[in-house]
Amino acid sequence: MAGVRRRGVGGNPLTDRLDPGAAAGYDTGMIDKFVHSMADAMAGVADGSTILLGGFGDVGIPTALLDGLIVQGARELTIVAVAGGRDGSAIEQLLALGRVRKLICSFVRPASLAGRLLQRGDLDVEIVPQGTLAERMRAAGAGITGFYTPTGADTLLAEGRETREIGGKLCLLEYPLPGDVALIEAWSADRWGNLTYRDSARNLNPVMAMAAGLTIAMTRNVVALGEIAPESVVTPGIFVNRVLHVPL
Amino acid sequence: MEFTPLDRNGMAAWCARDIPEGWLVNLGIGIPTLVADFVPAGREVIFHAENGVIGMGPAPAPHQVNPFLINASTTHVTLRTGGSYVHHADSFAIARGGHLDLCVLGAFEVAENGDIANWARSADEPVKQVGGAMDLAIGAKRLWVVMEHVTRDGQSRIRQRCSYPLTAKGTVKRVYTNLAVLDVEPRGFVVREMIPGMTLEALQARTEAKLHEA
Repeated sequence: MAGVRRRGVGGNPLTDRLDPGAAAGYDTGMIDKFVHSMADAMAGVADGSTILLGGFGDVGIPTALLDGLIVQGARELTIVAVAGGRDGSAIEQLLALGRVRKLICSFVRPASLAGRLLQRGDLDVEIVPQGTLAERMRAAGAGITGFYTPTGADTLLAEGRETREIGGKLCLLEYPLPGDVALIEAWSADRWGNLTYRDSARNLNPVMAMAAGLTIAMTRNVVALGEIAPESVVTPGIFVNRVLHVPL
Repeated sequence: MEFTPLDRNGMAAWCARDIPEGWLVNLGIGIPTLVADFVPAGREVIFHAENGVIGMGPAPAPHQVNPFLINASTTHVTLRTGGSYVHHADSFAIARGGHLDLCVLGAFEVAENGDIANWARSADEPVKQVGGAMDLAIGAKRLWVVMEHVTRDGQSRIRQRCSYPLTAKGTVKRVYTNLAVLDVEPRGFVVREMIPGMTLEALQARTEAKLHEA
């Protein structure tokens, strides 16, 4: 429970209302998703895993967890991210270490390691329109086994794939994109794993949290259960397995 | 006749002039991003950024940068009072679900049938940068394009048919170039406006597609 403020009898009545066990003086640490080391956070991430990696630009990227993944050593990874990473990014380090088998993303910068590997034919890349990428993960989290969208249906990306006309529009069949592991960045978290995000750092993080078998969040702030108002929880803790406190 | 092609800001201002109050608008990367800077003060337009920002405001003063708040071009922006954040799937639901009154994109080429090409210069190009363009191009109620009229080596970007791989088919409604404003109608490109000093004849000489008078 380190990192989580514990309350007993006589705690904050406002938040104790939300955590009656604490108000009654019981040990309330039954559900505690906080892990206390990077090794614990990354435990069990297997070779060959599909890793959903949150963030857009430099915002909302769980950089510390990526560094942890590099140390942890899993190989043959499929990385799902909005982009192939700039030079100097943690994705570039994973690529440089030869740990990535496949990249699934919406664009790759020519002037990046991913771009150079792609041009040499040394990296398997699946380009997915950004909205389709997000929706495929949402579908994975929501149990939707496929959907049709006009996005990309009239383009090269549809070659050799199933299309059909719906409502007068050509549509492309897309399948869900589940992850074995999601690495996400949150702004605040409680011990149930309820999360909030800071400004546009929300981006893909909540969608990925729903779509992975093992969701590992890093959080900038730790708060007591009940401190995030219920109507302000963005990702309910049910979608989160482990939380590591990584202060700003 | 003498004429001076518009610069990037001039094109952005031309486009901004025509965005009415109350519209929800997504601006693509490049010149379209500049459009927000030219909406007349006091006209309330709600700008959406694909990374989940609704009600995006102008760039902050250097000492007021919020490192957690960026736009689709990954540059720092502000949030207007009344603005909100959504996650990526909801953000693209806004785009794909027909909730945007307007999307403004840059492009390599636009064709007279409304086709747009803005993500790859050839089918064989290994490095592709689709980003959110395909979702935005099919989903908005209107798609406008802001781009230079011709390429650096003088090739017309206003085409009978696109020569580059398509981003979407038949969705462009209007094009703002550094020379003219063109509407895409069933008969093809219709010239709405030209820069001072430009003639229809001179414009046609720089345009591969057939131009129609309004």
